[in-house]
Amino acid sequence: MKYAIIVDVTLRQGISDPEGATIERALPALGFTGVSDVRAGKSFRLNVEADNEADALEKATALAQRLLSNPVIEDSRARLSAEG
Amino acid sequence: MSRIGVVVFPGSNCEYDAASAVTQLGATAEFVWHGQDNVDGFDGIILPGGFAHGDYLRPGALARFSPVMNAVASFANAGGAVLGICNGFQVLTEAGLLPGALQKNRGLTFLCHPTTLIVESTRSVLTLNATKGQELSIPINHFSGSYTCDDKTYDELVANDQIVLRYKENPNGSRDDIAGVSNLNGNVVGLMPHPERAMSLLLGSADGQVLLSSFISKTLSVR
Repeated sequence: MKYAIIVDVTLRQGISDPEGATIERALPALGFTGVSDVRAGKSFRLNVEADNEADALEKATALAQRLLSNPVIEDSRARLSAEG
Repeated sequence: MSRIGVVVFPGSNCEYDAASAVTQLGATAEFVWHGQDNVDGFDGIILPGGFAHGDYLRPGALARFSPVMNAVASFANAGGAVLGICNGFQVLTEAGLLPGALQKNRGLTFLCHPTTLIVESTRSVLTLNATKGQELSIPINHFSGSYTCDDKTYDELVANDQIVLRYKENPNGSRDDIAGVSNLNGNVVGLMPHPERAMSLLLGSADGQVLLSSFISKTLSVR
């Protein structure tokens, strides 16, 4: 089976995020108030061949930790894509 | 004579400067293509600046999986002198050969200007010939040079004298003004500034000489 998976990579809490902070500062000027804790990150979409969902997620989680993210400063999370 | 290998990744762009600098100081330099799986016969290895593998994903993220990096890791673990400059520093942190990570600069600005560095430790292969507290004028040229690490790592860096160089005026938001760090043994060093671009007074500064001459002398003593 092929599973469509999204991997989200964001900076870990406590790691400064100059990109997120800059976006957050820009929002009030555009009229968007009440938005806080903006964190910038990356999203990857991949198709993973596996026997079941759990295996596909496990594989995606492993490759996310090994390559897609730098665990020293980033968290990664693999999830099934709702769009398939 | 010290024989220095300068690793060339697709996207490296400071390899000629690095080779020229160590040659100026009396060493020989040879380029090592990133696909090579050994660094046999070299006394020291330099990972130069640039944009290895286009800096895709993150600076250094793909370069760490280049075949040559296994050889560099073995060389480093055997006590060999390894120097990562700018992008090379990023590669060494991604490869786990140096602690911490390099983030985008505070202010999200590409920085290219001279900086004043302060020598914090003379225990590393890059600073053996320097003096603690010595000020050096060395240029920076980077977008992702903000050094970061967790508190535990930071405490270890301080306790083990692994902070090699600090900025006198922090240009990029680096934790505790850190410009360069070493591994525990001091034989692997990474720094964001470019000592190979500070080799001649005619071009602004010759302060890189004391750093690179340390590195070269150390490679000789290892052999």
